[in-house]
Amino acid sequence: MNVWIAIGATAVGCYAVKLIGLLIPAGVLERPLVQRLAALVPVALLAALTAQQTFADGRLLVLDAKAAGLAAAGVALLLRAPFLVVVAVAVLVTAGVRAMTG
Amino acid sequence: MAEETVTADIAADGRSDGSGRSDAAVVRDALGVGVAVGLSGFAFGVTSAGGGLTVLQTCALSLLVFTGASQFALVGALAGGGNPFTAAAGAFFLGVRNAFYGLRLSQLLALPRAVRPFAAQWVIDETTAVALAQSTRRGVRIGFTVTGLSLYVLWNLTTLLGALGAEAIGDTDVWGLDAAGPAVFLALLAPMVRTALERVVACLAVVLGLGLLPVLPAGVPVLVAALSAPVALWADGRRRARTESVGGRDAVEEKR
Repeated sequence: MNVWIAIGATAVGCYAVKLIGLLIPAGVLERPLVQRLAALVPVALLAALTAQQTFADGRLLVLDAKAAGLAAAGVALLLRAPFLVVVAVAVLVTAGVRAMTG
Repeated sequence: MAEETVTADIAADGRSDGSGRSDAAVVRDALGVGVAVGLSGFAFGVTSAGGGLTVLQTCALSLLVFTGASQFALVGALAGGGNPFTAAAGAFFLGVRNAFYGLRLSQLLALPRAVRPFAAQWVIDETTAVALAQSTRRGVRIGFTVTGLSLYVLWNLTTLLGALGAEAIGDTDVWGLDAAGPAVFLALLAPMVRTALERVVACLAVVLGLGLLPVLPAGVPVLVAALSAPVALWADGRRRARTESVGGRDAVEEKR
């Protein structure tokens, strides 16, 4: 049930912000401070989420095969690999390290 | 989803190209983005089902939420044991950027008011990137529609396949598939971190996100980490104000 509540809340919220952008008159969101904040909030969220999903197991901090996978993904990004390749590299390296370390 | 790299490529193309591209060229660009990103719905399906959501819940997310970063964030937070509202809040804040896309698109698409509620679901990174790269209203409309349609259909199909696949193979962690979620976030983040301020925000968010994890309820540390954006902006504003008040010499130094 909890999952459906979360899905419903997210669906309504995400649809609402999409629609608001199309409906409100230009100018309301055009202030420089609002624009800069809108660009920076995703940076903060994505950075925190990347770190947590790589180094956290529940509420514990861990260092496991995922860290190697993400490091490999980082290298792939530096080499300007396409999106799907970056994800595939992370998955393959994580699986490989896990298979080797058992 | 959201290839900012794709965004950059297309933006560059659009600028160098000038005006009046053929409809076929616009459709080609739009399909390129739609297909490439649409296929990554597979990674979402696997991650979501691997994180404990049912196939139906996973597909409902792709159909109803349809903005990749928010979807990944939600299933990650739920798998981490977050309560439904903190999980939804994190996903929501990631989706707020779509309001700014809608603002730009609304002027370019010039849709009748009655059509806007239907177009809204497709207002995401990729459709915005393709639409903004076009130089005529016709091009903008074709780019938006073709990208939106191809991406929506493929993203939902591959979500279903990924979720079914994850159920079939059982323990997705053995195959390293739990690394797909964070890798998606990293790929989305990389092109956004260019200036010193953006790096500071990212580092501060990592420290807060990991540091608060053991002490705050699941899902809350991410929301606290989001505060690093306004805090860094405020600190940056103060620093600028101070350097400007020190005088001309420092200001010149700053500009170099």
